[in-house]
Amino acid sequence: MHIHFLDPYRPLVSPIHSLDSRAKFVLTIAFILTVSLTPIAAWPVYILLFAVILSVEILSGLGVWFVLKRASLALPFVLAALPVLFTIHGQTLFTVPLGSRVFTASVEGLERFVSIALKSWLSVQAAIVLSACTPFPELLQAMRAVGIPRLLVGMFGLMWRYLFVLVDEALRMMTARAARSGVEEGAVRKVGGSLAWRARVTGGMAGSLFLRGFERSDRIYTAMLSRGYDGEVRSMLLPPFGSRNWFVLIYGLAFLGFLLLFGILFFG
Amino acid sequence: MLYSPIQPMHIPDGFLSTLVSVVLWIISAAAVAYALRRVSRDLGERQVPLMGVLAAAIFAGQMLNFSVAGGTSGHLLGAAIATILLGPWAAVIVMTTVVSVQALIFQDGGLLALGANLFNMAVIGVTVSYFVYISIQKLARGKSWGIFVGGALAAWLSIVIASLACALELALSGTSPANIAVPAMGGVHMLIGLGEAAITVSALAFLYAARRDLFHIAEAPPKGSRSIWAGGLVIAALLAVLSPLASAHPDGLEWVAEQKGFLDAARGPFYNIIPDYVFPGISNEAFATIVAGIVGVIIVFGVSLGVAYMRRTRKT
Repeated sequence: MHIHFLDPYRPLVSPIHSLDSRAKFVLTIAFILTVSLTPIAAWPVYILLFAVILSVEILSGLGVWFVLKRASLALPFVLAALPVLFTIHGQTLFTVPLGSRVFTASVEGLERFVSIALKSWLSVQAAIVLSACTPFPELLQAMRAVGIPRLLVGMFGLMWRYLFVLVDEALRMMTARAARSGVEEGAVRKVGGSLAWRARVTGGMAGSLFLRGFERSDRIYTAMLSRGYDGEVRSMLLPPFGSRNWFVLIYGLAFLGFLLLFGILFFG
Repeated sequence: MLYSPIQPMHIPDGFLSTLVSVVLWIISAAAVAYALRRVSRDLGERQVPLMGVLAAAIFAGQMLNFSVAGGTSGHLLGAAIATILLGPWAAVIVMTTVVSVQALIFQDGGLLALGANLFNMAVIGVTVSYFVYISIQKLARGKSWGIFVGGALAAWLSIVIASLACALELALSGTSPANIAVPAMGGVHMLIGLGEAAITVSALAFLYAARRDLFHIAEAPPKGSRSIWAGGLVIAALLAVLSPLASAHPDGLEWVAEQKGFLDAARGPFYNIIPDYVFPGISNEAFATIVAGIVGVIIVFGVSLGVAYMRRTRKT
């Protein structure tokens, strides 16, 4: 099936794509950490951070629109931060009378809310660029290089390898369910059975998927054994980290450090 | 049909304070490292294919959904079913794999917030599931209803307790006040948990009919599981008591925030090397901020245009 839509990697030729995955991984984490540590309402720093990520997006050839569209997916969570608008006391911005209670929005609350939304939006863009510019096997290499246990990285790799197979299975089950479920043209009565029945059907599908996973893992294990697997997760040696990567990494970290210092000194 | 990554319990980056994120990262890393050691000992060389493929199965299982009402749908999170079928240690590892790959590849939850998401879904979700399931199993004394009642309660409670933890983390970060976040998150997840419970029980019924041999966790609990059982009890009790308390007395959390404020105040002199700083040559502070903003915007467009221009010349 056409399941490749799950893989966010976009194979392009760009300076960002050709950068070593370790440098990209560390710089992405550093960027997100910088965003997180930047004080509330440090607008100029946010703008500079946006400039950084925007430049990377343009350089990567992904297209700014592609990244911004994907970044909007994370926005609904902003609702969780909406109450701070009214609960932080400060200079009154506007009031919302709701029944017998009156909610007062403050300037400080607005600043905090907008800061949280911006921080989240900037961070998610960095993560999108990382996953769109780095093939997953290279991400695994980067994870191994920064010291994530080899076993765990091995499991991530195996999960990725069979994710498409099992998602395919799930999609086939859903197609089969849709095919079994006839819908009357211009139906008068409710179709689709009761809620409990629908949940039971879905649960049966989930159980079946789990079972197929179990059995497949058995077969995979046997296949691995027959190829000489002895419990050790072996992987290729990491390629050398060239001078260009060192340059980008050190320059990037220094720049982010400078931005953070700027933010804390003047807005902290 | 597209993978829709909107799950209210995956916290994106930007919503947690750095302190909360880092502390939860450390706790989760320690828990995962210990679970990894235990799984290595219990499963040996089989673990990599088993954990990897089952993580993929849970991920794919999260795509299965059924319509509930008004365009909403119920679907699986999977912590409870993983715990019941694999035991607590392996379930922690499977959930860790699922949640990490979701954050890395699909931006479903942030990278800095991953520690917190792992804590909620892999650590709390699994320990609470285990505690509930084993307790009901003991009550049922080996009768089959224990599996289904235990599975349903484990699924529901693990979702609700994890969402309460999520709400408290948001409150501690100053993102969402406890008296709003706790009832909102808890309320929504009491409903979402019903969907989770329904799918979990149906899946368990299917597996019970097809492969009864998979249900052996309760009969031969892995070593050290007493501590998980106790951990689940403590976490469930603590969060069930703490959250309503925090939401009834948000002052308590405000007090914590104030303590953090003290920390900031203590840090103050170090950062205020240049007191009352304003943009060079401009004495009005608000005006200086505006000027800084304009300068920033100019820099953005300058850099972007420059990069775009460089790219165009490179191509030709």
